[in-house]
Amino acid sequence: MRIIWTIVKRELGAYFTSPVAYVFLVIFLLLTGFFTFTAGNFFERGEASLAAFFGWHPWLYLVLVPAVGMRVWAEERRSGTIELLLTMPVATWQAIVAKFLASWLFLALALALTFPAIVTVNVLGDPDNGVIAAGYLGSFLLSGAYLAVSCMTSAMTRNQVVAFILAVVVCLFLILAGFNPVTDLMVRWASPAVVDTIAAFSVVTHFDGFQRGVIDSRDLLFFLSVIGFALFATGVIIRGHRSG
Amino acid sequence: MIRIENLVKNFGAKRAVDGVSFAVERGEVLGFLGPNGAGKSTTMRMITGFMPPSSGRVTVGGHDVAESPLEAKRLIGYLPESAASYSDMTVRGFLNFAAELRGLRGAARRQALGRVVELCFLQSVLRQSIDTLSKGYRQRTCLAQALIHDPEVLVMDEPTEGLDPNQKHEVRNLIRELGSKKAIVFSTHILEEVDAACTRAIIIDRGRIVANGTPDELRNLSELAGAVTLSAHGASEEKLSGLGRVENLNGAFRVYPRDKAKVSELAQAVVELVAREGWKVEGMYSERGELDEVFRRITLPDTAR
Repeated sequence: MRIIWTIVKRELGAYFTSPVAYVFLVIFLLLTGFFTFTAGNFFERGEASLAAFFGWHPWLYLVLVPAVGMRVWAEERRSGTIELLLTMPVATWQAIVAKFLASWLFLALALALTFPAIVTVNVLGDPDNGVIAAGYLGSFLLSGAYLAVSCMTSAMTRNQVVAFILAVVVCLFLILAGFNPVTDLMVRWASPAVVDTIAAFSVVTHFDGFQRGVIDSRDLLFFLSVIGFALFATGVIIRGHRSG
Repeated sequence: MIRIENLVKNFGAKRAVDGVSFAVERGEVLGFLGPNGAGKSTTMRMITGFMPPSSGRVTVGGHDVAESPLEAKRLIGYLPESAASYSDMTVRGFLNFAAELRGLRGAARRQALGRVVELCFLQSVLRQSIDTLSKGYRQRTCLAQALIHDPEVLVMDEPTEGLDPNQKHEVRNLIRELGSKKAIVFSTHILEEVDAACTRAIIIDRGRIVANGTPDELRNLSELAGAVTLSAHGASEEKLSGLGRVENLNGAFRVYPRDKAKVSELAQAVVELVAREGWKVEGMYSERGELDEVFRRITLPDTAR
């Protein structure tokens, strides 16, 4: 546990000693603001909820989370520090989990800084704050799922750009599998059972519940298993590099 | 401390390390020589547990690196190739990070930090970020990281690469000093380093050990070892050739011994001949042999592969 915490501290430190963290936070907050209030028609909706805010998150994270996750392993491999880290008395899984947690905490911080949205909606109306809390939980899990995928693609290459593009592609699949315009298309040629099965792999399907304020154990399990699977795959990929 | 048995590493169809076996005990400094791509780094990566071997066994302090990696890794300090370190961290931050991963906390960590900072002369750059450091400081920072837990085994991949002659000298002295209490393996392709720091050297070529011995033993493999070079007024090649094969070097003559086991007799014979003929000696040396020559003779150049 101490080992994990030591690595988490270092990784978080690495975000904040470079401009990456600040650039990311500013862009993230600007974009959430833009999507919520302008593109999301927050005011015209006339309802005291953050639906306009959360609805954009799967798309917003699609670009921003891989940008956070792309460096996690690719940078270690490029600079050779992976050799240093993995010859310390550290188990590979500890390093993988620690690096993931550090980036996830960073994303949690970015998400926490959107608190003015909660303030705004509470000042203007009388929203159900339970629904908002569920929305935040869902959004946090969603970012974790994308992040785990990004960690996995980051372990595949020493080139951060390649890691970024691969992560975006995989995450895009995770969205599109349950995105209404796509499922409507699929219904024309596939049986409803097939369409439902494919849609069950989509983050959108599972994120919906949280947005409505429902915390379903199946949705929780979905996000946690995407994270678990992606991190496990990261371990396999790293072991593959080491055995040459 | 380090025991390697029949180590093999394949990368696809290419065999990078092919049946390497050796042992290093406490108090030994083993120099690992070889041309680029001979398998030095790969062997070191297997010792430190970064890469699993394709076959064979590595034990460090009695712990099998494949079976109980954490126990083995605790005993090892490792300086990776080109001194990889987290360039965004300060020297102090980086060393603290290494100390914490090694399980050093509180007072023990501060003490360890103080020790390696002094040992590696890092006091003046403690607050600097690693990417602003010169190559020499970066190398020493990474070395400090490897020494932070006062390991019993020290593995270093080209510790003097990219350093200036003064820094090389310091690092070699440090290695020799540390070598009295630790088991040390370091790779290099600078042959003087073998003399300066090693108690033993192994030459590896295309994944195989081609020579293993003390620096003097290796030097004796040289053709030159035991030859006598004589520069004397009046000396003639003809007379000298009675003692062995003679080479003419711009006025000086080099006599090669007929029998490597009787090199001292050759020097004696040359002295006697000089006295008998009444040649006026300007210089006379007994050659020790050159590691360079041994190295070139028993390893193939990169281009010959």
